[in-house]
Amino acid sequence: MTAKVVLLDSGGANLGSVQAAFARLGVEAPVTANVAAIRAATHVVLPGVGAAAVTMARLHENGLNLILPTLAQPLLGICVGMQVMYEYSEEGDTCCLGLLPGNIRRLPGGEGARVPHMGWNRLRPITSHPLLNGLDDAWMYFVHGYAASVGGQTLASCEHGEPFTAVVGSGRRFGVQFHPERSGAAGAHLLKNFLALR
Amino acid sequence: MLSRRIIPCLDVRDGQVVKGVGFRDHVVIGGIVELALRYRDEGADELVFYDITASPEGRSVDRAWVQSISDQIDIPFCVAGGIRSVVEARSVLNAGADKISVNSPALERPALIAELAEAFGEQCVVVGIDSLRDADGEWRVRQYTGDPGKTRSLACRTLDWVEEVQALGAGEIVLNCMAADGVRSGYDIEQLLAVRKVCRVPLVASGGAGKREHFAEVFRNADVDAALAASIFHSGELPIPVLKNYLREQAIEVRDVA
Repeated sequence: MTAKVVLLDSGGANLGSVQAAFARLGVEAPVTANVAAIRAATHVVLPGVGAAAVTMARLHENGLNLILPTLAQPLLGICVGMQVMYEYSEEGDTCCLGLLPGNIRRLPGGEGARVPHMGWNRLRPITSHPLLNGLDDAWMYFVHGYAASVGGQTLASCEHGEPFTAVVGSGRRFGVQFHPERSGAAGAHLLKNFLALR
Repeated sequence: MLSRRIIPCLDVRDGQVVKGVGFRDHVVIGGIVELALRYRDEGADELVFYDITASPEGRSVDRAWVQSISDQIDIPFCVAGGIRSVVEARSVLNAGADKISVNSPALERPALIAELAEAFGEQCVVVGIDSLRDADGEWRVRQYTGDPGKTRSLACRTLDWVEEVQALGAGEIVLNCMAADGVRSGYDIEQLLAVRKVCRVPLVASGGAGKREHFAEVFRNADVDAALAASIFHSGELPIPVLKNYLREQAIEVRDVA
């Protein structure tokens, strides 16, 4: 079965970049908020750039906040798209989707660990998972000021001042704090792994 | 651990990449997408595109090339040049840029930084600062440096401006040390270190790279997060894989070259 991917319209500025990343894999990934199109997809992606509150406002506006909890196919949240899958974000005191347990907090920073965390950092796998096949210690591109602590659903962590969740997975709900669409060959590899999930 | 970033800077003028010396006398280096792809393949960590004549000419960046870079490039890139409003920034970001950098327009109207941070998050908002030491020993900010005829010196002290842009929501600062730019005798460590002490967000060094040792020096002695350079990369004199291997030998963490 070929993958049929949709990008949920989260209003994030990286929608085009994520679409281009799938196009480079030979996969068309239309941006949509249409329920029928979403239901027909084999894989759903929730991109996100910007602030959690702005993203949640958009999801309320187009009704995706009600659709997202009902999805049965593999779902991948990217950056803020991942963050809004949690229950709550400190950024703008935002109530989120609650698809994953836990909250998003401001990165504390520290000696030599400036916030926002911006640049290439390594994944530290915590459990083996098909999403991370071939990606042990891979370099990925991060740009964020908020993050989820490491928890029971963390598949891979990353370290910046303190460890945080870089890849999360619960059932068929996944999230990555980095930007696979901007993480070179490693990022493309992760998207391929996601498309191989059923 | 977060790696130190190597960032080739591509100055764009009339749809082509150019390079000048001391911000003057620009010569054409090549096509935008072709150079972007070359640097991506060589292991650049990020790219910066400056539309150097946009601000002096009072116009914003041309989106067509932003879109074509985004379609073909899978590493992050930042676009700068005459972005004066949230609306203009949104169109550049929607065309695929990961970050936008503001310089002269932020000096004209500092509230722009806060508006951009609010709309897109601080991680998207880079503030570029062109700085030069005056006769009294103070570093002060320069404006409209893309056009020597229009370049203005301001009363604003560089260190004060660094504090102010952070308070407004800048997510990263690029410090262009103008006296060092194009001279290739090394980054301005003294100035970068002074800025580093008041800069809590990522700091990018710009201006002065002439050999690989200069990169090790700026990471080690000024503790910058990234080093930006143009001519040393454009000329092919220092291939990025060679630079990264050298930095790794110096125990400076850099992303492996694929």
